Amino acid sequence: MMNEITHLPEDIILKVEDLDVRFYTYAGVVHAVSNVSFYVREGETIALVGETGCGKSVTTRAITKLIESPGRIEGGKVLFRRRNGKIVDLLKISDEELREIRGNEIAYVFQDPTSALDPLYTIGYHIHETIIAHKSKISKKETFKQAVNLLKHVLIPSPEVRVKNYPHEMSGGMRQRSVIAIGLSNMPRLLIADEPTTNLDVTVQAQILDLLKKIQEEYKMGLILITHNLGIVAEVADRVYVMYAGKMVEEGPLEQIFYNPQHPYTKLLLRAVPDPTKKIEKLESIPGVVPSLISPPAGCRFQPRCLYAMDICGRQEPPLVEVESEHRAACWLLEKRGGSK
Amino acid sequence: MEFVYKTLKSIIWAYAKLREKLSPGWILKNSSRIREWELMVYAYSKSPIGVIGGLIVLIVFILAVIGPLIAWEPYWEYKILYDENLRYHPPCLPPSCSGYPLFGTDEWGRDIVAMSLYGFRISFVISIVVVFLGAPLGIILGLISGYKGGVVDEIIMRVTDIFLAFPGLVLAIAFASVLPQRIRGVLETNSALRAFFSGLFGLRQEEYGQLAALLSIWFAMVIVWWPGYARIVRGSVLSVREMPFIEAAKLSGLSTWSILFKHILPNVLSPVLVMMTFDIATATLFAASLSFLGLGPQEPVPELGFVISKAGGYFPERSTHVVLYLGIILLIIALGWNLLGDALRDILDPKTRRAIEYRLEKEKKK
Amino acid sequence: MSSNELLKVIDLKKYFPVRGSLTKKIKAVDGVTFGIREGETLGVVGETGCGKTTLGRLVLKLIDPTSGKIVFEGRDITKLRGKDLREYWRNAQMVFQDPHTSLDPRMTIASILLEPIRYYKVKVGDEEEFLIKQMELIGLGREHLYRYPHELSGGQKQRVAILRAIITKPKFVVLDEPTSSLDVSVQAQILELLRELQRKFNLTYMFISHDISVVKYMSTRMAVMYLGKVVEIGPSSDVFENPYHPYSKFLLAAVPIPDPRIARSKTKITIKGEPPSPINPPPGCRFHPRCPYAMDICGRQEPPLVEVESEHSVACWLYIKK
Repeated sequence: MMNEITHLPEDIILKVEDLDVRFYTYAGVVHAVSNVSFYVREGETIALVGETGCGKSVTTRAITKLIESPGRIEGGKVLFRRRNGKIVDLLKISDEELREIRGNEIAYVFQDPTSALDPLYTIGYHIHETIIAHKSKISKKETFKQAVNLLKHVLIPSPEVRVKNYPHEMSGGMRQRSVIAIGLSNMPRLLIADEPTTNLDVTVQAQILDLLKKIQEEYKMGLILITHNLGIVAEVADRVYVMYAGKMVEEGPLEQIFYNPQHPYTKLLLRAVPDPTKKIEKLESIPGVVPSLISPPAGCRFQPRCLYAMDICGRQEPPLVEVESEHRAACWLLEKRGGSK
Repeated sequence: MEFVYKTLKSIIWAYAKLREKLSPGWILKNSSRIREWELMVYAYSKSPIGVIGGLIVLIVFILAVIGPLIAWEPYWEYKILYDENLRYHPPCLPPSCSGYPLFGTDEWGRDIVAMSLYGFRISFVISIVVVFLGAPLGIILGLISGYKGGVVDEIIMRVTDIFLAFPGLVLAIAFASVLPQRIRGVLETNSALRAFFSGLFGLRQEEYGQLAALLSIWFAMVIVWWPGYARIVRGSVLSVREMPFIEAAKLSGLSTWSILFKHILPNVLSPVLVMMTFDIATATLFAASLSFLGLGPQEPVPELGFVISKAGGYFPERSTHVVLYLGIILLIIALGWNLLGDALRDILDPKTRRAIEYRLEKEKKK
Repeated sequence: MSSNELLKVIDLKKYFPVRGSLTKKIKAVDGVTFGIREGETLGVVGETGCGKTTLGRLVLKLIDPTSGKIVFEGRDITKLRGKDLREYWRNAQMVFQDPHTSLDPRMTIASILLEPIRYYKVKVGDEEEFLIKQMELIGLGREHLYRYPHELSGGQKQRVAILRAIITKPKFVVLDEPTSSLDVSVQAQILELLRELQRKFNLTYMFISHDISVVKYMSTRMAVMYLGKVVEIGPSSDVFENPYHPYSKFLLAAVPIPDPRIARSKTKITIKGEPPSPINPPPGCRFHPRCPYAMDICGRQEPPLVEVESEHSVACWLYIKK
């Protein structure tokens, strides 16, 4: 097979290009993710932000081909730099190789810790399972020792005791930390966390986010954080990607997105969130509803709800235009203003 | 299936127009409800087993209603008194034999096809009434038990357990030995009741003795039938009562009974309806079994199970045609209800709902 | 009691029995005292197990208190039952968290809205006309009246739930996490609607939520709960910017701020340990096992709620002079 893997810059560990995911349902074809691209550098945290139905969860599952029927990955590349330096396209490698990578070099943490854990097995066993899936020559004693270490790492008190606990014997916060510990068992290059703290109390959330940052620094791990909570993004992310109706509408460094948002949707989203440190007269809401992804509107998908919509917005999809270094937005307003380069 | 959908749809719209006439604006106010009905009917029409089941049930219903009226032979005449040959005369195709019934005769020389016409009525009435009496009883108890909880729940559930523990047959036997005399006495004296029940079952008033037996197995069956409903309704109620819209109904001022009947019942009804449909099939067979064992009406009442029972004595030398014919009838009745129940369960399943909705929209657009 | 206090609770307690035990109890709400003034919004915040949801239901008498008093408009309603209780509900209503389950899926919007009107015999003249006018208040039209809940979006459903709560023109509404199930942009719509309705009809709100940013935005006063007790209560901005209670400090410091510069410059303080069980709360001050400032007395005696600034009270021994 002709290997036309393109060159990946040194510090980038994951690069998604033009990802397209569709769901073939009885109602029609749902264009869940259309032409989405993003990248993650070693040791950096990117936040994938958007509301329900924007496609952020589907995107991250598609990265390791975790999409099941009736969903299908219709196009795109997912370039990943493996530990051994080899660059692969996760969408094109063999199932064998993909399995080697999942749980080992790329780990996931999902929203609900309770359903991520099998109630019939101890935490220690979960970790043991994850390790031996990728290292067959290791003894049970050794894996349990590693498990205790991992639990200590994620700040679970009395890890030697907890390692023998069943999920129901732990609180929500501890369960989520356990799930993170399982994810970290094999020191992954990339951790994908999908709304990891949504179901948790705010103080526990702060602890978990702190923990993720700490681990990331220590392991030089890339972190993709999916969330709809802009507060978390501000606390944790280095770069932000904003999605709407299956498309990437804006991307950029943290401060650029918060202090210099370009896309009308991003601007409205920021104004809809109550910032407790500021005096707010009124919260902005976004009129209308998210469009159906079965027959998305022609042109820009945000156009039906956009206050600045022009003629061209309803006819043609705007391309991502660079506003500043690494800051891009897909909006015809930028073209009009002659956004740089 | 197009035809089925169109027919049922026109029935819905005829009803809607009637309601509109009675109270103008009805169609607008109930447009969503009408759409729901259209959806259900569409889903039904798309299910071949449902349509077949429905067809069978429809035919059984029609035969049950008109059966005794069109039966060409009265069931109370013992034909063998005139012609000994008529006893278990086998099925007969002209021209090899003429003057004898096509499908053969039973022990008393009666045309079994004509007898089955009476049989349809009897089986139908028993099964429908048992289910329609037993189910509401069980439903109400289930509602109270599930909603109130605590001691009330415990008591009702233990009573349900007791009844469930009874083998239906034993109970039926017990009832069948005691009740018939009592009921017989009542029917003897009360002519209105006698007239009503004989008319209901398509029998002559003279048969009130056998009627008493019928009514007693009816009674026995209702007693045995309600516990199942109490259990499944209670289960559904337990989950529905936790829903916020129930708390909201309380806050809207509704009394406990209003909440039970206006909010909880409609939301637990689907599995109950499906169960009722299957139950009618079961009840039909159960009643036939009881008659088969001799607990029900005796001659001359041509209850399907009883006739088969009598044919047992001459099986398989002479009475195979009777057993086969009546047996197949029972099979078809039960099958019809079962198929209908299956289709109903699929239609009422909220998960398949959206799929059906989209298909209907697509078809409408064409 | 202040003259314009609409609702007051005094030493309110609710204990739930523990399955399988005759003596053990879950002390969900364990002695809460506060008042809500007419026209204001009292926000109640706290984490899992603090008792705020139970408090919301207690105040509306959806569940019966184990002990304590509830006073509404000067009347003791603690022991209300039956018809009298329903009369109370004409004036005190609730908006629930999940709009998908707070509307009966088998009823049309019109029927749902007519229920409270009919039971409370509100004089409306022509029902349909009345309903259409009411729907305008929440930005919906006639075409939505005869639909089923599943035909509406989450935001629309919640608006209907809000309309149902205020349709009998109550004085007091308990909002139990009214926007937690909704997207950010829809949340903003609902919050603004709630504020508009409050202004229009002079409603008094009790706003319960785990989202402190939202509570701070919506409420005039804020109460912080921990393990069944109110540990701090005062004007929202005061409590948020200048919390006294050690728990409040941790809680509010943990709130993620959607402003990178402020978020990154915050001093990180994290709380240690896990919240204890409400079956066996620690003796004395409930928070003392996790409190970095815990003193001797904290483990022995429960601190009372005392005023430290105008209108701002804390339950902590640090602020009580011997």
